[in-house]
Amino acid sequence: MSTFRFTRTAIDGQALRNELLDHHCGGYAAFEGWVRDHNEGHAVTRLEYEAFEPLGMKEGARIVEEAIKRYGVTRALCEHRVGELGLGDVAVWVGVSAAHRDEAFKACRFIIDEVKHRVPIWKKEHYVNGDSGWVNCERCAADAHSHDHDHHGHDHGHGLDHG
Amino acid sequence: MTASLKGLVLSGGRSTRMKQDKAVLAYAGETQLDRAVKLLQSRIKDVFVSVRADQAQEATRARHPQIVDGEGVEGPIAGIRAAQAADPEAAWLVVACDLPLLDASTLDALLASRDSRRVATAFRSSHDGLPEPLCGIWEPRSRDGLEAFLATGRNCPRKFLINSDTLLLDQPNPRALDNVNTPDEFQATSAQLAPSDARRALRVQYFALLREQAKCSEESLQTDAATARDLYAELTARHGFTLPADMLKVAVNAEFADWSRPLAAGDTVVFIPPVAGG
Repeated sequence: MSTFRFTRTAIDGQALRNELLDHHCGGYAAFEGWVRDHNEGHAVTRLEYEAFEPLGMKEGARIVEEAIKRYGVTRALCEHRVGELGLGDVAVWVGVSAAHRDEAFKACRFIIDEVKHRVPIWKKEHYVNGDSGWVNCERCAADAHSHDHDHHGHDHGHGLDHG
Repeated sequence: MTASLKGLVLSGGRSTRMKQDKAVLAYAGETQLDRAVKLLQSRIKDVFVSVRADQAQEATRARHPQIVDGEGVEGPIAGIRAAQAADPEAAWLVVACDLPLLDASTLDALLASRDSRRVATAFRSSHDGLPEPLCGIWEPRSRDGLEAFLATGRNCPRKFLINSDTLLLDQPNPRALDNVNTPDEFQATSAQLAPSDARRALRVQYFALLREQAKCSEESLQTDAATARDLYAELTARHGFTLPADMLKVAVNAEFADWSRPLAAGDTVVFIPPVAGG
């Protein structure tokens, strides 16, 4: 099975975690991105994710491979939801198992950051007032220089708490 | 010292699979031999056509300065050998006449990267990674090795280059050296090269904002657009896309591609708006 997948149904984090179990590993780090009820001052009611899946699966798998090489972790997986999501739904799941925790945390962070910037996935937010819009801020022309989540997290979080 | 360069268009093939003489097949009203000679002449002053003795009088070949194969060797390597015998001091830029997609930018890449200290400069096939002997520069120093190679009874120019000090380049246009050997391939390539049909049939898939603005998730179209950049401009005019090209990426056949990549008939193109996964 590919190390990067799309799913139309709820993400099962427990099942994904079980794929990472390995007796060589002393630790496991996972990240879940959730659908949040607000973004940039707008009350969000639901989201739609859409992906160009043939390329998305290739690029996603390349990111996971890069993370494994770069941090020397044992296993890593990422699954991204597509379709209609409600508040609290898991939009994306990343898990990494490794000999030691430091590499696991770093690889996990690397994967989610790269997925957000490189994989052809788009998100449409639906707001309380009936409007909707495609979120396309990150690494757009104006933002291309910046990739600093500590500073931009709150302003650029697109409906998920990890923005 | 770098040897001066002469051009050689190989036309001595027997065209057995095509069942007619390949050199005189016409694309856009011009025989492919004439096209190849003209292309080489755009870059090199002295260009010759390599022929077998029994082809010398054929009308298309007779229009051009010729070098006739010598005795004792068959196949394209006979043409290369005859050219080297005719001018052993020259380096020979050799191209087969049956490469209808060969373009000036491919020749320019070859000329720009030529290393005259090597035996030859050639492209790596985009199909199998092996040297393409029939679009390459054969330096004068290749001559002795070639004679020795022929003396062992072998005559495959590709094998010769594999076993020689050959500089191999990546093709700037991966289709430029596709050769046309069968009537079906000829028909497909003809359609691609016909002037009224510089138009190509492409499929475009749309996602997210572009899908909403195009009001469809995919369409098949005929276009004159040579590159993805031209195509996006054409489709922006038609669909009123609001995203400027510099905010997008482009994928051709489900892989990221350069905006300047030439589009080919049958390609599937996807324009990728700023992504927002996670």
